[in-house]
Amino acid sequence: MSGAAVVMIVAVVLIVLALVVYLVGVILQLRKITAGLDQVIAGVSQILEKTRPVNDVVKDINEQLDAGVDLLEGLLVKKAGLVDAMGLIDGLYPGAAAQGLRNFPESKDIDAPRIGEVYTKGTLTLARLGREAPIAAASPNGPAIRNPAYATASSRRLYPGGRPLEPEPLPRSPVIGTDAPVQYEQREDIGKPRKRMPSKS
Amino acid sequence: MTLWWIGDIVLLIVVIPLAAYLLHRVFSAAKSIDPSVKEIAHVAEAGSKDLDAVPLLLTTQDQVRQTVAGVAGYGASLDVIVDDAEVAA
Repeated sequence: MSGAAVVMIVAVVLIVLALVVYLVGVILQLRKITAGLDQVIAGVSQILEKTRPVNDVVKDINEQLDAGVDLLEGLLVKKAGLVDAMGLIDGLYPGAAAQGLRNFPESKDIDAPRIGEVYTKGTLTLARLGREAPIAAASPNGPAIRNPAYATASSRRLYPGGRPLEPEPLPRSPVIGTDAPVQYEQREDIGKPRKRMPSKS
Repeated sequence: MTLWWIGDIVLLIVVIPLAAYLLHRVFSAAKSIDPSVKEIAHVAEAGSKDLDAVPLLLTTQDQVRQTVAGVAGYGASLDVIVDDAEVAA
């Protein structure tokens, strides 16, 4: 066998050895990777399992909250009017009126009034609720002032001639004192000689 | 014979170093994947733990329903009690 053939064989053996060493190393690394990926899959499976109901639940919560927002916005606008509603909102949360109401796109264009100056009716109405609410119908003090079935009519009955701007004039208070034209609890002995008590003997 | 030697030289100078270099690159790449996979496994595990509170969403859902129902009842009462805004002429 010639020297060149021997060198060739040695080189091929070296190449095969290198292939074996590196490929075994790669195989070991791939097995580690597989084990790691098994852990990842377990974790991701748990995440999937735990997040499965989230979509439906969050969707339901959002629907409920949407309904609540619709209700509150509608009620506020119905009771206060759109302009005053924006004023109320801006009074409670300064700057919030600029965002407008979701169900009333035109509310963004409204110049919100300063509610402390213009809004009294709702405040007074709310203040009256304590004694005029329907819940007081069963009150031991008698029926409530308002009839819930005819709320507006019964409230107007409180002021049939319109709400008075100022109270009716009351009679003046009587003048009292020693110089008063009318003396109360007049004593009979006033202006007469002083009674003398009998002397002790 | 000369060709044999030329082949040997090429094998020793070019093929073996190139094969060793490429195999080393493959091995390094395979080795670098393992820490990343372990890190991902840790993150997935931590994410799974963070989601332990997800079942509480069911409680939140129930409470939101009750709250909105209360708000609706309160709103309906206010609708009866409080006068509507006067329509601007």
